[in-house]
Amino acid sequence: MRFTKDWLNDHLNTKKSEQQIIEKLNGIGLEVEKVEKTKNELSDFIVAKIVKANKHPNADRLKLCDVDIGAKKIIKVVCGAPNAKDGLLTIYAPPGSTIPKNGMKLEVSKIRGETSYGMLCSESELKLSEESDGIIALSQKFTKHIGKSYFETKNNNNVIELSITPNRPDCLGIRGIARDLYASGYGNLKEIKKIRFKKTSKHNLKVKIEKNKSQACSIFGSCLIKNITNRESPSWLKERILALGLRPISAVVDITNYVMFDLNRPLHAYDLDKIKNSITVRSSKKGETLKALDNKIYTLKENMCVISDDEGVLGLGGIIGGVRSGTELDTKNILIESAYFDPSITRKTSKELEINSDAKFRFERGIDPLSVKIGLETAAKLIIEICGGEVSNFDIQQTQKIKKKTIKFDTKLVSKTIGIKINENDIIKILNRLGFGTKKKSKFVDIQVPTWRPDIFGEIDLVEEVIRISGFDNIKSIEPEKVRIKPTLNFYQKHFHLAQRSVASKGYFETITWSFSDEKINNKFKENYETIKIINPISTDLGVLRNSLYPNLIYYMEKNLNRGFGDQSLFEIGPVFTGKKPGDQRTVVCGIKKQHFDEENYSRGDHLDVFDIKRDLIQTLVELGVDKEEILVKDRSPTYYHPGISGSILSKDEKYLFACFGQIHPKITNESYGFEIFLEDLVDFKSKNKKVKQVLLISDYQKSERDFAFLVNKESNAQVLVDAIENIDKTLIKKVKIFDVYEGKNIPSDKKSIALKVTIQSDKKTLKEDDLTNISKKIVKSVEEKTGALLRS
Amino acid sequence: MSEIEKKIDEYKNKIDSCSKVEELDSLKSDVLGKNGLINIEFKKLSDLPVEEKKSFAANINKIKHELSDIFRLKLVEILDKDIIDKVKKEKVDVTLPEKNFKIGKVHPVSQVIDEISCIFSEIGFSVEEGPDVENEYNNFTALNTPENHPAKDMHDTFYLDQDMKTLLRTHTSPVQIRTMLKGKPPFKIIAPGRTYRSDSDQTHTPMFHQLEGLQIDKNINMGHLKGCLNYFIKEFFEIDKIKMRFRPSHFPFTEPSAEVDIGYRLENNKIIIGEGDKWLEILGCGMVHPNVLKNCKIDSNKFQGFAFGIGIDRLAMLKYGINDLRSFFECDYRWLNHYGFDPLDVPTNYRGLSR
Repeated sequence: MRFTKDWLNDHLNTKKSEQQIIEKLNGIGLEVEKVEKTKNELSDFIVAKIVKANKHPNADRLKLCDVDIGAKKIIKVVCGAPNAKDGLLTIYAPPGSTIPKNGMKLEVSKIRGETSYGMLCSESELKLSEESDGIIALSQKFTKHIGKSYFETKNNNNVIELSITPNRPDCLGIRGIARDLYASGYGNLKEIKKIRFKKTSKHNLKVKIEKNKSQACSIFGSCLIKNITNRESPSWLKERILALGLRPISAVVDITNYVMFDLNRPLHAYDLDKIKNSITVRSSKKGETLKALDNKIYTLKENMCVISDDEGVLGLGGIIGGVRSGTELDTKNILIESAYFDPSITRKTSKELEINSDAKFRFERGIDPLSVKIGLETAAKLIIEICGGEVSNFDIQQTQKIKKKTIKFDTKLVSKTIGIKINENDIIKILNRLGFGTKKKSKFVDIQVPTWRPDIFGEIDLVEEVIRISGFDNIKSIEPEKVRIKPTLNFYQKHFHLAQRSVASKGYFETITWSFSDEKINNKFKENYETIKIINPISTDLGVLRNSLYPNLIYYMEKNLNRGFGDQSLFEIGPVFTGKKPGDQRTVVCGIKKQHFDEENYSRGDHLDVFDIKRDLIQTLVELGVDKEEILVKDRSPTYYHPGISGSILSKDEKYLFACFGQIHPKITNESYGFEIFLEDLVDFKSKNKKVKQVLLISDYQKSERDFAFLVNKESNAQVLVDAIENIDKTLIKKVKIFDVYEGKNIPSDKKSIALKVTIQSDKKTLKEDDLTNISKKIVKSVEEKTGALLRS
Repeated sequence: MSEIEKKIDEYKNKIDSCSKVEELDSLKSDVLGKNGLINIEFKKLSDLPVEEKKSFAANINKIKHELSDIFRLKLVEILDKDIIDKVKKEKVDVTLPEKNFKIGKVHPVSQVIDEISCIFSEIGFSVEEGPDVENEYNNFTALNTPENHPAKDMHDTFYLDQDMKTLLRTHTSPVQIRTMLKGKPPFKIIAPGRTYRSDSDQTHTPMFHQLEGLQIDKNINMGHLKGCLNYFIKEFFEIDKIKMRFRPSHFPFTEPSAEVDIGYRLENNKIIIGEGDKWLEILGCGMVHPNVLKNCKIDSNKFQGFAFGIGIDRLAMLKYGINDLRSFFECDYRWLNHYGFDPLDVPTNYRGLSR
């Protein structure tokens, strides 16, 4: 919402300065977005210098000029003027500006194959003189004005732009802003003068609102004005229209816009002669079309609110008018509409058709239904003043009574909510000035809500009005108490926090990537999960919710590779999505590691392999409180891992899958290793398997070590041997450690040799040679029986 | 001097000139070994008359102990000399680079979430969470944002179905609803998390982070809200004084609603928080709307309170001088290394938030 102080003064008598008003507006919730110089229709035209006038490659009589338009910007402009030459100071019209002579709006265009950004102007084009031979040549003293507007604005008025919150439609009109300032003690609100003029003609066009359930229109007021002379608006009106950021079109259109921004009362002007017989406000039929004033053709759905005549749709109620009945400069007779349309139905229609307009913006927020008449009056008066003509009587069709809202207000709620006391008289004064009716009744105040405040429903809304106007600065700050009853983090959150820092401490950089991903890449990782599509993604490569953290991590890892970073360890801790219901998500800690083979790494000789990633993973699990004794490593893993170089980590009973790890499948990316920890599963396991730290028992009896080497099939897992040995006698076998895996010479080609060191110790006695021999025999027998391995002799 | 003493003296000289451990060992076995000098002498004991036995044995024992000591000391001497010789030969150029150590980094957003949690922990808030995918009801309706209301335009929502019933949460406020629906007042929570709006330009990313705060109790008013935020901002920016202003605003789920600006000034293009005459909007807040409480089955005549929402990424940018929001999510190795935090740098109450 834009306005000038000057315009505000039409409604408010105030001695406050512009700066004071700006500060006050911020203080009462009408946020000032920016303040800028007013523009007139010539402010677009700026002083510029032709740096170089090159020959146009495809046209003899045209030149392709490099033009300095200030702010260190040089642009290309095609120019046909014979006097365009290097160093000439002239006037430049940018794309978007309108040439005064012919009303042509400039666009970036191609002229004989060369793009021209705007135009260099002659005096006649700017209506400065009749001179049309060549472009304007300015004297050298304008050099310092390059980039500035050639036509200085006469007045020093600023345009103040407010960002109006959606609850305050009343402040989408300057009158509403004035009222708020008045309520906060900034001057007096001027009364709107009674408008009197003779209604010299008769309203002889039939208007009807069709009654049905989906009808958005409940009031349709109109008047006819005949024998007008539509023309260019006078300069005062043009200036205001420009201040709003709009372009002046014609007096009739400008006046309807002016009233909309002045009183927040949207109007629409029809060319009366183009309306066939009568007006009906009705629901659209499916497939009806409208060529709207934005020059687009809309195909309507069923039950949209349309204004129609006997020929068809004239416009969409409260949203946009149609070209067929639009006014033009030669329009003689007009009908002015001032109506009320339901906010939510209007919004729904405009959303479906994707139309934005100033009228729609207001109707969907809620217009004062009582402003129908004053809108017609103000507009009719201005039209007669500027364009002449005879006004008819007003025809106001109304299908519903206007309900006035009343609220029983306990003013004590003010101090209860804000913590400080404001006395009741001050409360009532503020509300009165905002237009609320008040009547004191013993404990309560009966409040009547003004019809321009559709945002006020209950007592709390009134509290807000009071504190907003009296000022938030008055609220006294209460120091928070330093008391904690509940722990800050719960069991799961503690693990999240720990996992994050645990992985980071192993050399991984934490990243945060989008929760969405490219469907194509995501598909490689989605396994059995469903694809969760976003209906309206920001771009197709962010079209699905991720089923895994890998797609994004790998994408960014490869990006870093292109940036020249080879050695990388990245991780992310965050959600992956398993379905599209709320809660269908799990938290994964995912790390990836890549080694880049440059000379430095070769010479160090520490070749990254799956056991690096396994070390990081196991150590993280241990730090998260899952002991090595509680886990089981299996060689199963999802398909996006290298099938031979990957595995999973489960609880001993295989009920919980804690993690997967391995080389990422070379089809997806090469020489990268990664792990995924499933945090909820891990935490769930831990909460069901709470451990109490056992008292440390140290055996003082001698321990013995025995080495074994077994021949096993090449594809069998070492873990099987370890398990077989550990399970023989837990009181005696304290530790089983693999110290060598060998394939090759002296070993059958389908076998490998696994060497293990077993630590044997009793808590009760020193073991004798006999005992050790016995247990060794048991180990060999048990391994051979359970696993099919053979002791290597 | 007896025969034996002469022999011993000879050995003593040999020991003295000995310089190798093996030589010393062989001398030791000659003297103290099973068939060594001393044991041979002891064997003579049985042939001696009773009255001499005692003094003879005493003498031999004395010699034996004396020799043991000499051997022990000599061994130490030889070993020490070996080490000294070895050390003399060892010399490395310590100006050569140290071995690689790779410490990872924690993302600034994570660090800031921990800092915020730490600050609010001190005044009794606990951390709550909610899902990223939300239903229309929790994200809008329960928060007093009716269907077909322009307030929804403030949020460009990502939807997961054509009926627009499932969506990616546009703010962390649905956690308020979830928290209140599953428990009983009083509530005192913060909820950090990912939020989504279909918006992407220089200053907006389709995903960003928000922190929700909620306190509901008997007799909680806007003074408490002001005090709470004042405390938070001061602690977060680790400064003693803060300039703060409340501007009335509108959010459907709070009433009265306010936006909070903090004062700052620019020094060499750097933002200095807490002084100066410029204002920076940093959060939105207000008293929880009675309709929201009603939707959560809480009696608004008995309980009331406040809620606030803060952009976490923006706080991180301000505190740590990061210019570009988009860079948070681009995973540039240099950026992560530069702006990331040492994982040991855990913000705590007793040690302070940052180094």
